Amino acid sequence: MSTEKTIYKKPTSLTDRPFTYCWGCGHSTIHKLIAEIVDELGIRETIIGVAPVGCAVFAYDFWNFDVTEAAHGRAPVVATAIKRVHPGKTVFCYQGDGDLASIGMAEIIHTANRGENITVIFINNTNYGMTGGQLAPTSLIGQVTTTSPNGRDVKNYGYPIRVSELLAQFEGVKYLERVKVTDAVSVIKAKKVIKKAFMNQINGVGFSMVEVLASCPANWRKDPIESNEMIDGEISKYYQVGVIKDVK
Amino acid sequence: MRKGRIIIEVDRCKGCLLCIAACKPKQIKISKKMNKTGYNIVEFCDEGKCNACTLCGIICPDAAIEVIEIIETEKK
Repeated sequence: MSTEKTIYKKPTSLTDRPFTYCWGCGHSTIHKLIAEIVDELGIRETIIGVAPVGCAVFAYDFWNFDVTEAAHGRAPVVATAIKRVHPGKTVFCYQGDGDLASIGMAEIIHTANRGENITVIFINNTNYGMTGGQLAPTSLIGQVTTTSPNGRDVKNYGYPIRVSELLAQFEGVKYLERVKVTDAVSVIKAKKVIKKAFMNQINGVGFSMVEVLASCPANWRKDPIESNEMIDGEISKYYQVGVIKDVK
Repeated sequence: MRKGRIIIEVDRCKGCLLCIAACKPKQIKISKKMNKTGYNIVEFCDEGKCNACTLCGIICPDAAIEVIEIIETEKK
């Protein structure tokens, strides 16, 4: 005789629509983690997400809770407005590096400086994924992209921006951590960190941001396992994983 | 040892192979079957070695894996 018990399954905060991301894409993993956290905290009815422009533009199709869309880079200010109008709701914005670190740099800096009580999930995959892998402010030195075929040259493009370290100087910022999702252990760790960022908001701590080093196998021209190895290697060397700021 | 099995949701799987790399008892393999979006999907080799560790489910980006623990109960 034996009985069966389901111990792991798709979270209910994800819809039945399969993700339209490429194979092994970091966005899918983070979407799943956010949905699991929303399930665990029981906030599906009170959470509002703000989707970016980029690969995750269709995030509202995949999350089974309220998600709105912002103009390119403007997600933090839209989230600010929603949070001020609905202080009892949990509001987060989900942005890629092209959205947050390039066109939306002004918005994220001022939102962080004002110390808005929102949560920001920042996906850093070192290129513009949706439009075909162009150079982003976060692309590594020497990284070959479609707009830097000879590799990123600091003379022409400058140095990769470490956004989390940049935001750490603002008084309004309470929690910053960088994580990766390259293996099961790091996924479990990333989930704890994202959950803490949401709990900070629920407890009224203030502005929290989690930077996730995500893979972009299609544009890096690598398979998912090689992409994760690249994150564990050269990307983690430049963007060091760990707590950057945690004001208790 | 714990025992388990997994169910792979065919239309969510993209055959990224991350679950195969995560599975220590090597109970998942790539199959020749294709889903409706054209990805070669993975399949569970039911050899009784799955220990329901859930690592495949945790690493699966597409939430395509459901892990079931089989609990042996004694006959009454």
